[in-house]
Amino acid sequence: MNLKRAAQWAYLLLIYGFLYAPILVLIVYSFNDSKYSLEWRGLTWQWYQNLFDDPDLLQVALNSALIATLSATVATVIGAMAAVALYRYEFFGKPLLNALIFVLMMTPDIVMGIALLILFASLSLPLGFWTLLLAHITFNIPFVVVTVLSRISGFDRHLLEAAKDLGATEFQTVRRVVLPLLSPAIIAGWLLSFTLSMDDVIVSFFVTGPTFEILPLKIYSMVRLGVTPEINALCTLMLGMTLTLILVAQGLLREKT
Amino acid sequence: MMKEPFKLVAVGTLGFWLIAFALLPNLLLVVASFLERGADEFLAFAFTLDSYRRLLDPLYLSVLLDSLYLAAMTTLLCLLLGYPFAYRLARTPARWRSLLLVLVIIPFWTSSLVRTYAMVIILQTHGLLNQVLLSLGLIAEPLELLYTEPAVIAGMVYALLPFMILPLYAALEKLDHRLVEAARDLGAGRVTIFRRILLPLTLPGIIAGSLLTFLPGLGMFYVADLLGGAKTLLVGNLIRDQFLSARDWPFGAAASVLLTVLMGLLLWAYALSSRRANQRALP
Repeated sequence: MNLKRAAQWAYLLLIYGFLYAPILVLIVYSFNDSKYSLEWRGLTWQWYQNLFDDPDLLQVALNSALIATLSATVATVIGAMAAVALYRYEFFGKPLLNALIFVLMMTPDIVMGIALLILFASLSLPLGFWTLLLAHITFNIPFVVVTVLSRISGFDRHLLEAAKDLGATEFQTVRRVVLPLLSPAIIAGWLLSFTLSMDDVIVSFFVTGPTFEILPLKIYSMVRLGVTPEINALCTLMLGMTLTLILVAQGLLREKT
Repeated sequence: MMKEPFKLVAVGTLGFWLIAFALLPNLLLVVASFLERGADEFLAFAFTLDSYRRLLDPLYLSVLLDSLYLAAMTTLLCLLLGYPFAYRLARTPARWRSLLLVLVIIPFWTSSLVRTYAMVIILQTHGLLNQVLLSLGLIAEPLELLYTEPAVIAGMVYALLPFMILPLYAALEKLDHRLVEAARDLGAGRVTIFRRILLPLTLPGIIAGSLLTFLPGLGMFYVADLLGGAKTLLVGNLIRDQFLSARDWPFGAAASVLLTVLMGLLLWAYALSSRRANQRALP
């Protein structure tokens, strides 16, 4: 019986090893003081230094951060309001909106990318900052809606009735009761949207032009030319950022649930 | 009366956004797939079924079949690796479970491009896997691991495994374990328990996980690029090339419509199976 338990834990460990080993290797090599070989030649910051000395790369990173911040913010405003409305009200077209949110989440990225590309092309919008922003807001919205909805479904409807009985207007109820209760889910939704936007390759690939480059696409074109320690360092930085945001988001979602 | 402004703004914005950037683009995609290729513009306004006919061309059909095969293998491997894992995870004591779960969620959210790149480092000719195998004396010369079909499958499994584990976990966690114990007490063997209890009750989770691995598995062109070399392996690469180099938008659109139809069919199967599972769960 103990052997069976040990085997089960070993299996869990094996899968975690599979999930994490390549990431760990990547991180370790980003600090290795050797350009080509796999041998460990000591610790260095050289590759990170090279990244920060590259003005082009810095600009690309700023572009990504800008798109991620703006798209996460707009998507959070639209998505959080939508989640509240979807939870509280019945209205004409609600099943259609629910269905569209679901379809949007399930659509393969590549289909979404080219569908938006065709839309932008038929509106004659030049590909670049604006098209990228619109696309990122679009794929972020359903994630915010779902995150916030799952939180609202858990809370007490009587609180809203109490607010109403005490004479609060609808606006006051939203501002003083609904928003504070939902704030952890709203912040988590923003963080997850930011992460999605920072990491997206496929949709961005189709909807951005040469005038506006972003980090994942830059990494993609760099990797196609070969593996370098600078890419290791860049990917490690991306991982570090994503990791921090997810842990904060998870912490917020867990709180009081 | 008081609630009208908020409701109007909230529903109006969402409705506008979804119609403008989800419904409309997809309708345009379908329209584009029936148009002809334009001389100056990407599309010419003339109705044709040509693009769909060309999808049946043996050349493209083989890409399609290869891609379906790769995505199906990926899904199957994820399922085989993920099911026992999710089962164990759902049965671990609560104090460990949240930590273990977060450890699955982290790769779920991290960039699959970065993780694919990590896989490249491992599989390179002078990469870690070859070094380990060489030093263990299991092989005499480095193996050509990169730019092969197994490398692409390994990369896709690596990128998509968390997408399989999470829905499976959700289904298995809800499962009333007393059912399994009752079956065991009544003398059911493992195979019977799996076939008659676990499988029917977790089928929605299995299908959801399969959807989340199979569909991206058809489209992740960068995994095929970085781990499979320059060959056109996936429908994703085919579609991308139509929009990028071949400039044949109608054909690319037709291939995407095909993907969407496939998605629709799978979603329909999912809805059907979850309705059945719900019926069975009730006495």
